[in-house]
Amino acid sequence: MDLKTKYMGLELKNPVAASASPLTQDLDSAKKLEDAGVSALVVHSLFEEQLSHESGELDHYLSAGTDSFAEATSYFPAQEDFKLGPVEYLDHIANLKKSLEIPVIGSLNGVSKGGWVNYAKNIQDAGADALELNVYYVPTDPMMDAAKVEDMYVETLKAVKANVTIPVAIKIGPFFTAMANMAKKLDEAGADGLVLFNRFYQPDFDLDKLEVVPNLLLSSKYEMRLPLRWIAILFDKVKASLAATRGIQDAEDVIKLMMAGGDVAMIASEFLRNGPGKATEIINGMTAWMEAKEYESVTQMKGSMSQKSVGEPAAFERANYMKTLQSYKAVK
Amino acid sequence: MERKKITVDGNDAAAYVGYHNSEVIAIYPITPSSGMGELSDEWAAQGKKNIFNTIPHVSELQSEGGAAGAVHGALQSGALTTTFTASQGLLLMIPNMYKIAGELTPAVFHVSARSIAAQALSIFGDHSDIMSTRQTGFALLGAASVQETMDMAMVAHSATLESRIPFVHFFDGFRTSHEVNKIEPLSIEDMQAMIDQDAIRRHRERALTPDRPVLRGTAQNPDVYFQGRETVNKFYDACPEIVQAKMDQLAKLTGRSYKLFDYYGASDAENIIVIMGSGAEAVLETVNYMNDKLGAKVGVLIVRLYRPFSPKHLLAVIPSTVKKISVLDRTKEPGSTGEPLYMDIVTALAEAQAEGTLPTATMPLVVGGRYGLSSKEFTPAMVKGIYDELAKDKPKNHFTIGINDDVTFTSLDFDPAFITEGDDVSRSLFYGLGSDGTVGANKNSIKIIGEETNNYAQGYFVYDSKKSGSTTISHLRFGKKEIHSTYLIQSANFIGVHQFMLMEKFDVLEKMANGGTFLVNSPYAKEETWNHLPKRVQKQIIDKKLNVYAIDAYTVAKDTGMGARINTIMQTCFFAISGVLEKEEAIAQIKNAIKKSYSVKGEDVVKKNYEAVDQTLANMYQVEYSTVTSEVELPPVVADNAPDFVKNVLAQMMAGKGDDVKVSEMPVDGTFPLATTQWEKRSISLSVPAWDEEVCIQCGKCAMVCPHAAIRIKAYDGALLESAPETFKSCDAKGKEFADLKYTIQVATEDCTGCELCFEVCPAKNKSEVKLKALNMVEQMPIREAEKANYDFFLNIPEFDRSKLKLDTVKGSQLLQPLFEYSGACAGCGETPYVKLVSQLFGDRTVVANATGCSSIYGGNLPTTPWAVNKDGRGTAWSNSLFEDNAEFGFGMRLALDKHQEQAQELLVSFANEVGQDLVNAILTADQSDEAGIHEQRERVAALKDKLNGNTTDEGKRFLDLADYLVKKSVWIIGGDGWAYDIGYGGLDHVLASGKNVNILVLDTEVYSNTGGQCSKSTGLGAVAKFAASGKPMPKKDLSMMAMNYGYVYVAKIAMGANDVQTIKALLEAEAYDGPSLIIAYSHCIAHGIDMAKGLDHQKLAVDSGYWPLFRFNPSNVDQGKNPLKLDSKGAKINLEDYIYSETRYKMLTKSKPEVAKKLLQLAKDDVKSRLKLYEQMASYDYSKNGENEEEA
Repeated sequence: MDLKTKYMGLELKNPVAASASPLTQDLDSAKKLEDAGVSALVVHSLFEEQLSHESGELDHYLSAGTDSFAEATSYFPAQEDFKLGPVEYLDHIANLKKSLEIPVIGSLNGVSKGGWVNYAKNIQDAGADALELNVYYVPTDPMMDAAKVEDMYVETLKAVKANVTIPVAIKIGPFFTAMANMAKKLDEAGADGLVLFNRFYQPDFDLDKLEVVPNLLLSSKYEMRLPLRWIAILFDKVKASLAATRGIQDAEDVIKLMMAGGDVAMIASEFLRNGPGKATEIINGMTAWMEAKEYESVTQMKGSMSQKSVGEPAAFERANYMKTLQSYKAVK
Repeated sequence: MERKKITVDGNDAAAYVGYHNSEVIAIYPITPSSGMGELSDEWAAQGKKNIFNTIPHVSELQSEGGAAGAVHGALQSGALTTTFTASQGLLLMIPNMYKIAGELTPAVFHVSARSIAAQALSIFGDHSDIMSTRQTGFALLGAASVQETMDMAMVAHSATLESRIPFVHFFDGFRTSHEVNKIEPLSIEDMQAMIDQDAIRRHRERALTPDRPVLRGTAQNPDVYFQGRETVNKFYDACPEIVQAKMDQLAKLTGRSYKLFDYYGASDAENIIVIMGSGAEAVLETVNYMNDKLGAKVGVLIVRLYRPFSPKHLLAVIPSTVKKISVLDRTKEPGSTGEPLYMDIVTALAEAQAEGTLPTATMPLVVGGRYGLSSKEFTPAMVKGIYDELAKDKPKNHFTIGINDDVTFTSLDFDPAFITEGDDVSRSLFYGLGSDGTVGANKNSIKIIGEETNNYAQGYFVYDSKKSGSTTISHLRFGKKEIHSTYLIQSANFIGVHQFMLMEKFDVLEKMANGGTFLVNSPYAKEETWNHLPKRVQKQIIDKKLNVYAIDAYTVAKDTGMGARINTIMQTCFFAISGVLEKEEAIAQIKNAIKKSYSVKGEDVVKKNYEAVDQTLANMYQVEYSTVTSEVELPPVVADNAPDFVKNVLAQMMAGKGDDVKVSEMPVDGTFPLATTQWEKRSISLSVPAWDEEVCIQCGKCAMVCPHAAIRIKAYDGALLESAPETFKSCDAKGKEFADLKYTIQVATEDCTGCELCFEVCPAKNKSEVKLKALNMVEQMPIREAEKANYDFFLNIPEFDRSKLKLDTVKGSQLLQPLFEYSGACAGCGETPYVKLVSQLFGDRTVVANATGCSSIYGGNLPTTPWAVNKDGRGTAWSNSLFEDNAEFGFGMRLALDKHQEQAQELLVSFANEVGQDLVNAILTADQSDEAGIHEQRERVAALKDKLNGNTTDEGKRFLDLADYLVKKSVWIIGGDGWAYDIGYGGLDHVLASGKNVNILVLDTEVYSNTGGQCSKSTGLGAVAKFAASGKPMPKKDLSMMAMNYGYVYVAKIAMGANDVQTIKALLEAEAYDGPSLIIAYSHCIAHGIDMAKGLDHQKLAVDSGYWPLFRFNPSNVDQGKNPLKLDSKGAKINLEDYIYSETRYKMLTKSKPEVAKKLLQLAKDDVKSRLKLYEQMASYDYSKNGENEEEA
């Protein structure tokens, strides 16, 4: 069975990739993922804040209290050089590249055009085959309009693209008023891939401490419907490759996403829940299904159920909503 | 070819030569010499090579005594060796100096000369230390300026090899060691040319080696010791010529010419001054001025090689016309016939007269005088005063200059209005806070002007003695000529005030020249700035016709992401308006400098600074003025109700007028009254905590952690509230023991440093808005006056009865009055909460021996001191002896107290008939183990004294003198880890072994905090500290384990932020234990590179990671069949890296040397694990009788 797929020009042996998770943060588990059959992996994100705060913090703490007291005009030995930035991160990518054969995709997480985007180049130099720009932005400022937010995405993408020659995918959330238009803008700005969609982790409250606490819940199966819909809509409307992520749990999910027009399915939660071995199960499941249904290749099914390929394109639109509501039968 | 020039300070200049000419460097930190060791360590860590193309070995020792020993050993083994020190450090080296000199070993000690602790410690400069070594056989070679420091350092290294006489190369502490000046450095080739390879070979040939074994260091007997001592004479005879030859060689290489004694001034002068050190520069400047402008004929003779003293070379330079000589010494030798340099000159001249070799027609009149002790200013006005005195028929001998000695009338008068500073030098003064970066910015400006333009530049920085809210005054000179003014600016043409409120504290425009430029950082709008200036300042501006500029630097800083650091902004203003450089050039240079100094820390920091420069130019404005409009009068320095001594003496120091304090006003023996910080209301924080009584759960944690005792708690009778100020807050006290009482937590807003530890520790949250707690930070200004009245009212509420409190709880202990308050420690200090707690629990019956270090500085640095007294007049008697002897010092106190008590008990028995057997028995058998017991004993002793009052016999009077010692007295020996782990460890160990009842509190910051964060044996594995720039490779010494080995020492490890109750219990148990106690307290510190507001969190992380296990080892438990060791924390709950990498001291190594960091992290983890295991095993031993029996069975 030919499970091969192409993602941002990268030849993948199958469409099952590992998205960023603690599993890709660790060399041993990354190796296990590869052994289980995943075709590519995305390394955990390097955050803009980590990079820009690092230098500010270092400056602050190394200079705090200096030149204030005659006996102690400083508190630390002067250093000629600091290796600022993602040394460990880059080492990790280099090590992954050394030990794995599948493509390794670096990830940068940020929302502005600052100096941090230069690190894209470092990630490339460390050997990454591609880069995923993960934009996680919660626009809380009431004075900031949608156009500004969208511009920010585009400009950030352009800034990163200008720094590298490897393909760059952008991972975004679903909360755009004009999702298709936004995808188009990113496509035009040079995105080699669109990763749909980022999950916005919602914080929780700790009632004992009266504190807002971060709370990470693994994605649930239902969540893959969102990328499914949008990949189906965007298929063939953008040049960029389309990656699906969120709630993908089994072979059927992957097949659906391929039929919608996705190039690759990225999985994290399911691997965390059931271990890297789950990849083998999914891949075998795909093969079995395809054999049973007499499909020859993934390429063959790609986009077969996208909006442009289905008999009823409105199924992806408002009409679908109406239908859904009408089809729902309340429990009596 | 023009040689390059650099701007460096004296320490840098000396270290540069010392490093390049040495193979082994043994170091130990001491102000003001620490910078030399720090630079050497940094250079070695960076792989910088010396002139022999190899990296010197730089090693820190446990004391200067140790450093000298190591130097001696390295020298004996043939290495070219140096060390850096000052003051007490040099004194500790003296025994080895005799040895090194006696064995004719080439070596150089670079010394930034500093005062020696006598009636008081002083970190500042004079020649007391080097004068104490003149008998050791070392040559003493002095430098007067930064340039000379580099040159003389080289002469010393060169001459010592050839002469075999070891050298002390000295320069004045602070004035030269910390003055930044533009100099021409020696090149590597210069230094190589100065060093004779054959002399090195001869040094190597004398080395101890088993390949050519010799024996050195014999014991000699009366028959030959004397002769042996005389063998060295010819080497001393030859030394001066060798030094001169080396000076001549240096002159050939550099064009800078020096003589052993240099004479400058009129060739036909009649009156001359003889002087050495930096003061010579001020004299020379005055001589030139007087001869050129006033038509005088005076001269100055500058001494460079002081030992071996060469009368021949001295006599050769004294003009034949000289009639009177004033010899100036920067030291004091009480009881001598004169200070040393004076004595040497007199002797040389008297011998010459006797031998008929006088250069003058008649024997000159020689007078001696003292000047400049402890960096006391030495100005041209004073020099003129000395020449004026010399011109008199009978000039005063054994005079002093620069002070007002109204007791023994030694001081000379002088006219302070005599100023020699010319318009060819631009002179700028800057008033700032330590925290605002003013000094750093000025150092930067000097670099820009000194190294990027043809101008010469000089900078000198004056700090106050507080570690929080400290003020800095920067003195900058720039000009086309070399700058030799070794004194503070007398007349400025630019003055910058970087903090508006400093105009209330200092007379900032006192030194301003007419028509000068005045820059102020004003928080007010353009049109309002003028009206907010104090009246005095407005008058001065109008009278002196000043150009006034202002900027709201804090707003610009905030807007450009610079936070509270306004350094770049104020520096830009200075360059934009001072005219020192063309504006465009200046701005370009500032940006260039920003790039240089900040790129190492990342591009974002550079960008922010650039933005700040640009915004500054857009926001600075000129202030228009015409008349005095201000109603702002200056507040009094201290309150009216302050004691006279505070008002008359300490207040002068607080106002920066301490130089005016007369000799008669100073205590004769260094004794000062307690509780004086209460009069120094500094109001240094813009935000302070405000109490919300509705939210408060009355736990007391806020008061416990407050480093400055600025949060107080009282429970009291509600009837007292009748006269309370309107805004005074109170609520019902919680808890059975406080039934029907009112409760108040009051903040001393003027004493608060705004550290926020209280806010962070407060566990109560507001139910309607969870970000609010029971203490919330609010702006200080709007509430200052009301809270001042509230605090005054609060202080007058009676203290709660000590004997009725549960002292082993946070809540109970925090109702005790702190007898350590408002110290100058850093905001958020991790040490002072422990010290304050000791003062609360035992302060009314304690004597403290305090090791030199942070705790002796915030505990005893003038003008005001924090140890306080209660309403009965009882408090902690406190003293600091030295750094190295503190345990022994406290031990001596214990011996005295015990002896006093023993004698009092003996007398008590002998007075039984007179005072009654019942009272005698009651006193002798009193249980003083708790507050109530002590209170009752005090009452008994009071009754006893009443009965004795009529007794006028000698025995009776003796008894009265000693009776109070019948009440329990506690000895606390307090110091930091530098003392306890390193320099004082030998004594500490001995005192622990003695079994005596002393309590030792180690405030463990894991570095030498006071001198700027040098590594100690307490420093954790992998931490970066000065002298451990590549991360400490060895684990922290386990002092507690060593002490536990004795078996009879109470030992506890505490961390208030992790477990406050355990901290209190440990202190109570230690004091109650009748034997030696050692408490090691985790003290977070600014030298850890942390957010000090989160200091307690860091303590908790240290404990949770297993790095800092909490425990109490109480030998008393063994008697009850219990294991003495009780672990109070549970193993490792988090990863070590979650603790250590939250602190810059560890984290920075991952950025500077990631590979090393990785390796050290693993070692550190292994170490923590194995230590924890050992502790757990020890705590699990069965000490019960049954256990023993089982084992035996």
